[in-house]
Amino acid sequence: MSFMSPAVRFQNVSRRFGSVRAVDNVSLDIEPGEFFALLGPSGSGKTTCLRLIAGFEQPDEGHIEIFGETADGVPPYRRNVNTVFQDYALFPHMTVGENVAYGLMIKGVGKAEREAKAKSALAMVKLAGYESRRTAQLSGGQRQRVALARALVNGPKVLLLDEPLGALDLKLREQMQEELKSLQTSLGITFVFVTHDQGEALSMANRVAIFNEGKIVQVGTPSDVYERPTSRFVADFVGSSNVLPPEFAAAHGGHAAWTSLRPEKIQIASQNALVPAACAHAKGIVTAISYQGAVTRITVATEKLALIASTPAGTDVRKGDSVSLIWPKSAMVAMGEGA
Amino acid sequence: MSSKANRTTPLGLRISAIAGLLFLHLPLALIFLYAFTTEEKSFEFPPPGLTTKWFGVAWTSRPDIWPPLYLSLQVAAIATVLALIFGTLAAAALSRARFFGRETISLLFVLPIALPGIITGIALRSAFDIMSIPFSVWTIILGHATFCIVVVYNNAVARFRRLNGNLVEASMDLGANSFQTFRHVILPQIGTALLAGGMLAFALSFDEVIVTTFTAGQQTTLPIWMLSELIRPRQRPVTNVVAVFVFIVTLLPILAAYYLTREGEHTGGSSK
Repeated sequence: MSFMSPAVRFQNVSRRFGSVRAVDNVSLDIEPGEFFALLGPSGSGKTTCLRLIAGFEQPDEGHIEIFGETADGVPPYRRNVNTVFQDYALFPHMTVGENVAYGLMIKGVGKAEREAKAKSALAMVKLAGYESRRTAQLSGGQRQRVALARALVNGPKVLLLDEPLGALDLKLREQMQEELKSLQTSLGITFVFVTHDQGEALSMANRVAIFNEGKIVQVGTPSDVYERPTSRFVADFVGSSNVLPPEFAAAHGGHAAWTSLRPEKIQIASQNALVPAACAHAKGIVTAISYQGAVTRITVATEKLALIASTPAGTDVRKGDSVSLIWPKSAMVAMGEGA
Repeated sequence: MSSKANRTTPLGLRISAIAGLLFLHLPLALIFLYAFTTEEKSFEFPPPGLTTKWFGVAWTSRPDIWPPLYLSLQVAAIATVLALIFGTLAAAALSRARFFGRETISLLFVLPIALPGIITGIALRSAFDIMSIPFSVWTIILGHATFCIVVVYNNAVARFRRLNGNLVEASMDLGANSFQTFRHVILPQIGTALLAGGMLAFALSFDEVIVTTFTAGQQTTLPIWMLSELIRPRQRPVTNVVAVFVFIVTLLPILAAYYLTREGEHTGGSSK
């Protein structure tokens, strides 16, 4: 196993558009069989990275390898990689079945065989019997399944998904998250997907690379990046966090460094509540209450800074209340840099 | 009173609309009518009698019709093929690339059709003169290609703009090279637009007179033959028979092109 080359390897890859460094000196290994997320705000370089793997873009500097083979100068149609496009890019003049069989037709697979394969690929994405439908007749979720089947039927070594759930409504999104995960597990193919939704990245991926301004700022498992963000950007982008300045952290039993404190780790208590030994506390006044269904986010202005606490719905506080915020000292995660 | 005025068109407006239509289409009707007249030297109204014999005469005893007809068909066919190739390539390039001066180049492509034919004709004639290119079928074809390319280009560029760029990438992603992508993805999407553009180009070329007179030399295309026939008072209705034929040959492609592009827009919209 240790000799196995990574599914995708970026070595100091840069891609410039004019004077903009869309991807700036990125190095990254994606292991075979991983469900890997490229997460970041729009314009952070994650989509360009996906297009570099697909071959729609070529690096200006650095090298990309796919399963140990160099991808330098290899056009998209000679890569064993397939893409599910954000808008699905189904061919409007073909039926669902013809769409799915397209890659096989190009490869010269016989009509009977490719129809059989398209049929089973459609069954795999739960669209059995849709072969002769027109793509215009499908719903958004069905189109996405067709796009998935069209990519997977070619047996790619790496499947690329560009904002795969972006266009779906919430209910469908949750359902597709589950299906994509189980599909990836059962097929064992390396999935690389781009998203700007941190919840999606955390719930689906084995590992996440977080992009900002063309650079990868942190790579790790979802719990790594959530529990131990190494920068203010990650702390804030991955499930908004309270970022404590070094002096505030030090004064409350943490290290003298920029520190992340997750809102759900903070409890709200009355001003004179007892504080356990392992916990830190701060007093303040409630300045805003935002009801969000399962949780309520409460903003509390302390002497030094405003903190956000995320509490179960139904917590009985009102704007203007004087409260005490209590959190375990261990919940304060010092971050390496001040940026 | 005002509501009534809104619902019914004022009488004056209706009369002028009808007058306008008559003005446009009565001459056409007269051309049809005089193809059947028994008087062969002059066009007197009403025709003294009606006959279908001129169709027979045109078909059997007027060999001078056929060479111009063949020349016109040949010119229109080749000019259309050239227009399809270059018009499509130009549309593909200009609809995909973004560069400084793109709009200017786009305008330059369309200009020949806005330019008076007489300017195009004189310009081409002096160019052929300067380069000492003798008049031939090809000089006529080149002249016609200038405006045929525009028609194809205009049709194709509209369709290319609607073509989702991701489709090309999706095709490449699924293993198709550029040629396969063009054949299986792009061509089916722009096919009706090209057919429509090609038919319009054919119709335009088939009855073109002005540019042709400057680039044909001693050769006679069908429209030029008709022009010269009107001057001599012999078997005049034969000219009208040919006119009816030209009318049909050019009208059918234009009608077909109209329905094709309308159909294309319809499916283009519904596949969204």
